[in-house]
Amino acid sequence: MAQESGINALGQFQLTTGFGAFGKAIEFTNSNEMMLLAAVIVTSLFVVALRQRALVPGRMQGLAEISYEFVHNMVLDTIGEEGKRFFPFVFTLFAFILIGNILGLFPYFFAFTSHIAITGALALFVFALSTLVGFWYHGIGFLKFFSPPGVPGWLLPLLIPIEIVSFLSRPISLSVRLFANITAGHVMWEVFAGFMLMLVSGLGAVGVVAAIIPLGLNIALTALEFLVAFLQAYVFAILTCLYLHDAIHMH
Amino acid sequence: MAIDTLLLARDVGAGLATIGVAGAGVGIGNLFGAFVGAVGRNPAARDKMFRDVLLGFALTEAVALYALVIALIILFA
Repeated sequence: MAQESGINALGQFQLTTGFGAFGKAIEFTNSNEMMLLAAVIVTSLFVVALRQRALVPGRMQGLAEISYEFVHNMVLDTIGEEGKRFFPFVFTLFAFILIGNILGLFPYFFAFTSHIAITGALALFVFALSTLVGFWYHGIGFLKFFSPPGVPGWLLPLLIPIEIVSFLSRPISLSVRLFANITAGHVMWEVFAGFMLMLVSGLGAVGVVAAIIPLGLNIALTALEFLVAFLQAYVFAILTCLYLHDAIHMH
Repeated sequence: MAIDTLLLARDVGAGLATIGVAGAGVGIGNLFGAFVGAVGRNPAARDKMFRDVLLGFALTEAVALYALVIALIILFA
């Protein structure tokens, strides 16, 4: 993508329509395709892996059980016993984001988590759910959440607005974190790949040798991006748990 | 040759916005420094601590990316 004007780092996030003419008619984008694919992968993984129900799990069943137990422990450790009823929600979020992040790392695949519209929708859903859960458990008393216990009275006029703002900024930070991580990773790939093309077109044979350096960086970045893909799904899930914990236990 | 001051200011602003990444550099260095120190004291707790370190790493790294997003917004939006 190295044109005369430089590197078009954000071109890779352009939406196109998939599924041919039918997709065009209903504006079914490549992002939607990937979301559908992620959902199908998660579902079919569990259907296939758990079909045998062996007492000694095979490789696929082991994978399903490990991921189940990983999230299950995370939810129970963070939220407590009440967390059990939120486990399906957190696991769905975790699996969907994880598969979405990883799918986006493959060439010609689209990283739907690199669009803030999608992460924003997920984060708003988490935010709305945790707020509703707070009011469901505590009624109007949930508003006490904004005045932390043990604070002197004269500090409250200062503290309550801060608490409210920090509460309201949760969906923003939650969505921007995921979107920025995935976007930044893909942009860095594009930039280093652009360097390679520039070196080759600018310096010729010397440039081909020099281009090994950005290539090596890109390979190292690939490893980092796989880590980030998992880590961001994990962080999204554990922050969801923390918010639900706040809603249920009030701090 | 006339210089487009607006474009110039935009590029300078985007460059300034990336200074925020320095803070995340300090944070990540701090985090892993403390982790190495803690593992030196109590190597048995390594795996237990590493989970929290990863979480802290992701949270800190996200701060750097906020700065990056602001830079990108200045440049492209």
